[in-house]
Amino acid sequence: MSTTPTAATATKASISELQRIASQVRRDIVRQVHGVQSGHPGGSLGCADYLTALYFNILRHDPANWDMDGRGQDLFFLSNGHISPVWYSVLARSGYFPVSELATFRKLNTRLQGHPTTHEGLPGVRMASGSLGQGLSVAIGAALAKKLNGDDRMVYTLHGDGELQEGQIWEAAMFAASKKVDNLISTVDYNGRQIDGDVEDVLSLGDLKAKWSAFGWDVLETEGNDMTALVATLNEAKGRTGKGKPVMILMRTEMGQGVDFMMNSHEWHGIAPNDQQLAAALAQLEETLGDY
Amino acid sequence: MEAYPVLDQKDTRSGFGAGLLELGRRNPNVVALCADLTGSLKMDAFKKEFPERFVQVGIAEANMMGIAAGLTIGGKIPFTGTFANFSTGRVYDQVRQSIAYAGKNVKICASHAGLTLGEDGATHQILEDIGLMRMLPGMAVVVPADFNQTKAATLAIAEHEGPVYLRFGRPKWPVFIPAEMPFQIGKAQVLVEGADVTLIACGHLVWNALKAAEELATRGVRAEVINMHTIKPLDEEAVIRSVTRTGCVVTCEEHNRHGGLGDAVAQALATHRPTPQEYVAVNDTFGESGTPDQLLKKYGLDTPDIVRAALQVLARK
Repeated sequence: MSTTPTAATATKASISELQRIASQVRRDIVRQVHGVQSGHPGGSLGCADYLTALYFNILRHDPANWDMDGRGQDLFFLSNGHISPVWYSVLARSGYFPVSELATFRKLNTRLQGHPTTHEGLPGVRMASGSLGQGLSVAIGAALAKKLNGDDRMVYTLHGDGELQEGQIWEAAMFAASKKVDNLISTVDYNGRQIDGDVEDVLSLGDLKAKWSAFGWDVLETEGNDMTALVATLNEAKGRTGKGKPVMILMRTEMGQGVDFMMNSHEWHGIAPNDQQLAAALAQLEETLGDY
Repeated sequence: MEAYPVLDQKDTRSGFGAGLLELGRRNPNVVALCADLTGSLKMDAFKKEFPERFVQVGIAEANMMGIAAGLTIGGKIPFTGTFANFSTGRVYDQVRQSIAYAGKNVKICASHAGLTLGEDGATHQILEDIGLMRMLPGMAVVVPADFNQTKAATLAIAEHEGPVYLRFGRPKWPVFIPAEMPFQIGKAQVLVEGADVTLIACGHLVWNALKAAEELATRGVRAEVINMHTIKPLDEEAVIRSVTRTGCVVTCEEHNRHGGLGDAVAQALATHRPTPQEYVAVNDTFGESGTPDQLLKKYGLDTPDIVRAALQVLARK
């Protein structure tokens, strides 16, 4: 435990800086989940690069002056709230709250609830999520408010691929295209895995690109664990906003990315590493910003 | 004893529509959303005058609740409009997580509540919505009595910070609350004073309770009539003050006897002042097709049912 420097947010981090931050974020993830022996490391590790790129390169935001309305700022909504460890790490490392608070994850009286919530007043979080399928609708509402307020900033969302089995997602998808909500960039964590196994076996999503295209979205595809490709795609997505269509990024990731024994399986969706497994995981992840 | 003459016959949903239009003119942050029931909810006038602040979401109530929650981020005050069934049971988890737990300033406005929806039958006649909504922490539940009060309530909930469930109905109904009568969320109204029995009612049944009080007066029973337009937060003081004088109470609601106004009153009294109580409510069943009057009679919510309940509870004092 130490006073830990937060990564700079005022400037856009370079690709190599982003990679260094993401390594620390991955350490934060496995340490949070190990510390309480509870939580969801797999999806969190898979999305560490995305959230790092978003918060340290893409988003126009001001962590020091956070407020609920977020006028004049880009907004982010985590719809698949179970990957809270990665979000909490990135929020803390961006300066929304002290990094030392990561040690309270999922513990009694914490602001870092198992699934993210506004209820405890954690800066950076604007919506409760965890019950899946709701975040896209919320993001659309926030995007409409931005249009009504003459605010030209963007709204970003992240969803799990398994989450797309929820019907509300498709209600929202239909709405966003029909009403031309074009200040919205959504991303699907397309790791192909969910609690009960492979998405393909549990309930196939079919041709996901064709589905979103047919719903009227501008669809991009990227590799979510390749920082260079990811940043390029997010910038490409920004360039496609304001043209009458919502933008969807289908982001291929590997659940458990960065920790070899957590990869290539759905087994680490929602279980915590023991002491030996923690040590084995941390040995693969460079401590770049100092552990909390 | 005609303390409240009938001023007109109007539907409470039109009171909502009138209130919403006035709100649109008063407050630029008020936004309205509707799930393909604009005419039924009487939201046409708002839509026409403020098209940029009206969101037609189609038949997708879950999405509507989420969009409403999101609109509050950016300072909007969203009013959602659909039937009571589709405002609560259909979207309970969306309301629970994205609105109530998240503490969002959304006004859930619900028409066609209860049996008086009429011929559409039980699929649409929700009788469980008050219970569902009052169980959610932080959710205010408002059930106004007539057109005038529904309009006043619509204006009032815009000033209330936090989620609100506003319940109203379909049929033309006596207008008897003076338009100038002040409306305050959580503040019950004693419409008639009496010393023998307290009738506490909400929504359409406030009128029936007034009629029942007149009937009881002819039998020498002085009934006090309380319009409990806010089920949550419940005006417990008003309940306790009244039963301290009368010693017994009848609760009247167009809702299942489980979870509604009656249970809210019973909970307050059991805690603070145990008092004999009778329920005039639907007896744990679904409704059916029929005219509003036929249904209120068949399911025991008519004026004579309230009179009978009052005489019963008087005998238990």
